Amino acid sequence: MQKALLINPEKCTSCLQCELACSFEHEGVFNPAKSRIKVFEFEHGRRAIPYTCTQCDEAWCLHACPVEAITISPNTGAKEVNDNTCVGCKVCTIACPFGTVNYNADSGKVAKCDLCGGDPQCAEACPTGAITYVDANWTGYERMLESAVRAHPAA
Amino acid sequence: MSWQRKILRVDLSKGSAEIEPLNMEWAQQFLGERGLATKYLMESMDPKTDAMDPGNILIFATGPLTGTMSSTSGRYAVVTKGPLTNAIACSNSGGKFGAELKFAGYDLLIVQGRSPQPVYLHIDNDNVEILPADELWGTTVWHTEEWLKSRHQNPLLKVASIGVAGENGVRFACIVNDLHRAAGRSGVGAVMGSKNLKAVAVHGSVGVRVDDPQRFMQAVKDTKALLWDNAGRRELTELGTNAMIDAMQEFGGLPTRNFQEVQFDGYDKIDPNAMTTPNEHGHTNLITNKACFGCTIACGRIAHIDQEHFTIVNRKEYWHASGGLEYETAYAFGPVVGVDDIDALTFAGYLMNEHGMDPISFGVTLAAAMELYEMGVISDKDTDGVALNFGNAEALTVMAEKTGKFEGFGQILGLGSKRLCEKYGHPELFMGVKGQEFAGYDSRALQGMGLGYATSNRGACHLKHDTFAEDMEDQTGKGKAVPCKESQDRTAVVDSTGLCLFTTAAWGVEEFQQQIDAACEGDWSVERLAATGERIWNLERQFNLAAGLSKDDDTLPKRLLEVPAPSGTAKGKVNQLDMMLPEYYEARGWTADGVPTKETLQRLDLS
Repeated sequence: MQKALLINPEKCTSCLQCELACSFEHEGVFNPAKSRIKVFEFEHGRRAIPYTCTQCDEAWCLHACPVEAITISPNTGAKEVNDNTCVGCKVCTIACPFGTVNYNADSGKVAKCDLCGGDPQCAEACPTGAITYVDANWTGYERMLESAVRAHPAA
Repeated sequence: MSWQRKILRVDLSKGSAEIEPLNMEWAQQFLGERGLATKYLMESMDPKTDAMDPGNILIFATGPLTGTMSSTSGRYAVVTKGPLTNAIACSNSGGKFGAELKFAGYDLLIVQGRSPQPVYLHIDNDNVEILPADELWGTTVWHTEEWLKSRHQNPLLKVASIGVAGENGVRFACIVNDLHRAAGRSGVGAVMGSKNLKAVAVHGSVGVRVDDPQRFMQAVKDTKALLWDNAGRRELTELGTNAMIDAMQEFGGLPTRNFQEVQFDGYDKIDPNAMTTPNEHGHTNLITNKACFGCTIACGRIAHIDQEHFTIVNRKEYWHASGGLEYETAYAFGPVVGVDDIDALTFAGYLMNEHGMDPISFGVTLAAAMELYEMGVISDKDTDGVALNFGNAEALTVMAEKTGKFEGFGQILGLGSKRLCEKYGHPELFMGVKGQEFAGYDSRALQGMGLGYATSNRGACHLKHDTFAEDMEDQTGKGKAVPCKESQDRTAVVDSTGLCLFTTAAWGVEEFQQQIDAACEGDWSVERLAATGERIWNLERQFNLAAGLSKDDDTLPKRLLEVPAPSGTAKGKVNQLDMMLPEYYEARGWTADGVPTKETLQRLDLS
């Protein structure tokens, strides 16, 4: 079963545990500046929205890469950057319509979400369930369920 | 590791910024944050120096766990000599600024001297600039943060700044970071203002490493789970700290109308239930809860004010959401000044954050002014024509703004309650200790709280000890001294880790020990941490004694020692400090005059 990250901003408290977990998993250091997931805050914290790569099926980044450094993981479907191949040209960062591929000046490579090989640490660290890792075909399941209950309150 | 092993020392008189290695011997003795900054303060200045003199030192200190994945890892402390108390000041804040300072590569930022012109500090890892703040001087905290992000084209910049109150030496001005978190107490913002330092803006991308990552991550996982399953944690998440107002009302420990009473009729108009109940216009005060950096509790409240309310009906700039009521703000704008208008309280909270002031000290100072007004000691002539009666919501918000902008009677309120009461010839109306106003607990109902207030090194404070359990169980002075001393030492450790005190709802010293020992070099046992806490407490005491404070300052106002509580579970009782204090000195290994003995200092490696 292919799985996907499901983000529910309503539940986000902006604690940044996800950014800490992401940077630790990928860089071995607690460093939100190097996180592949970012939490955005609006209006003095009224809303907070975690945002990261959605792993497009027809991935712009993958098609844009001139050296085929971005490949699809057979296990997770994640679009992964091969650091040994990446030349740091940044064309993928331009191609991505969502801004979720970013250049890392320290390594000279680009970095993006790779779903941690199927065990995304952001979802693991999130205390409130704002980030979950669910069946990619049923990312709407929970919301559908809530809507169903709302539509039929007696159920 | 876990320490960055680096401090940034900025001398504003010379205009210099230098990076120095952290004194690791001191780090091993005093851990970090509160403890380590106290050691640096003690070594860097003469405690007799006036708080507003350029010779005072202002330290922003992170702890070894600041910026790590430990829950609540966003804490930092500001340590300096306080202008409200003339004692050591240690104000702790959350938000995201502290972690960012650590990510930039620093354990401590030490600011000394005084700049000839207004400046701000811009830190981007090792690149440190002292830049002119002429365009910012005279503006609010909220404007300053926005301006700096825009000027440096960096929305990720984290900012700690002061408002006009701090610029003008309001004795309880605070340093606000991330719009509504603050190093709130003892006037640390006035010290920053005296140095002509408007703001510290920081961006860091160095990150934080720990000594034993695998063991650390296991400890983090275990302690986070323990915290999550804790009922106290759940209450903080769901209701916020303001849940305390219902408990204190019932107990009769809710200071009302400048401590003349201990229960407040209007409490249920400003409690957590009121925050979530729509008013007659269908407006609900609370929007959501919010976490500080790394925090899995998220006790912070985000609220908004009814747009039809008199405070903001014609002021669209306040129609947005911002930090909402916590217990101490609810108490300080509510019962202690007799106001029960939730929108007025929320607006007063906005003003404190926007202008950079401590709500507790402001509220209790206003309460004293209200009592003086009702006694006829001061009149409309003194108060710019505002009727300072208890319960007047407009007086609350008008005076909050006047104090924030340093206008009219606000300049007098900006002295703090002690100086204000002395000015008008009624020092007995000051409700606090060592010049600092009380938090929202009446120590006739909570005896150990009174001992904690009297002996807290930064003046009256509810966050430097924890005797709630003992106080609820027994309302005499018996059996309070030892728990007070032990919890003070424990709290000193927690405040030195980089984590939040609220984790102690679920964590004992063991849980901190697991995380510290995995993150830091050296063997950190529970015993060693306990000794570290006691060492920190005694060093703070040594600072205060050297600054000229004595046993005489470890006291409470007569109102709490001689006037019995008029109602509640402690009806008829006064605080029994005279019984508790000698026992406390003995438990501390201090003389009857409250001075640490040679043996005590030797035992703690402080001689």
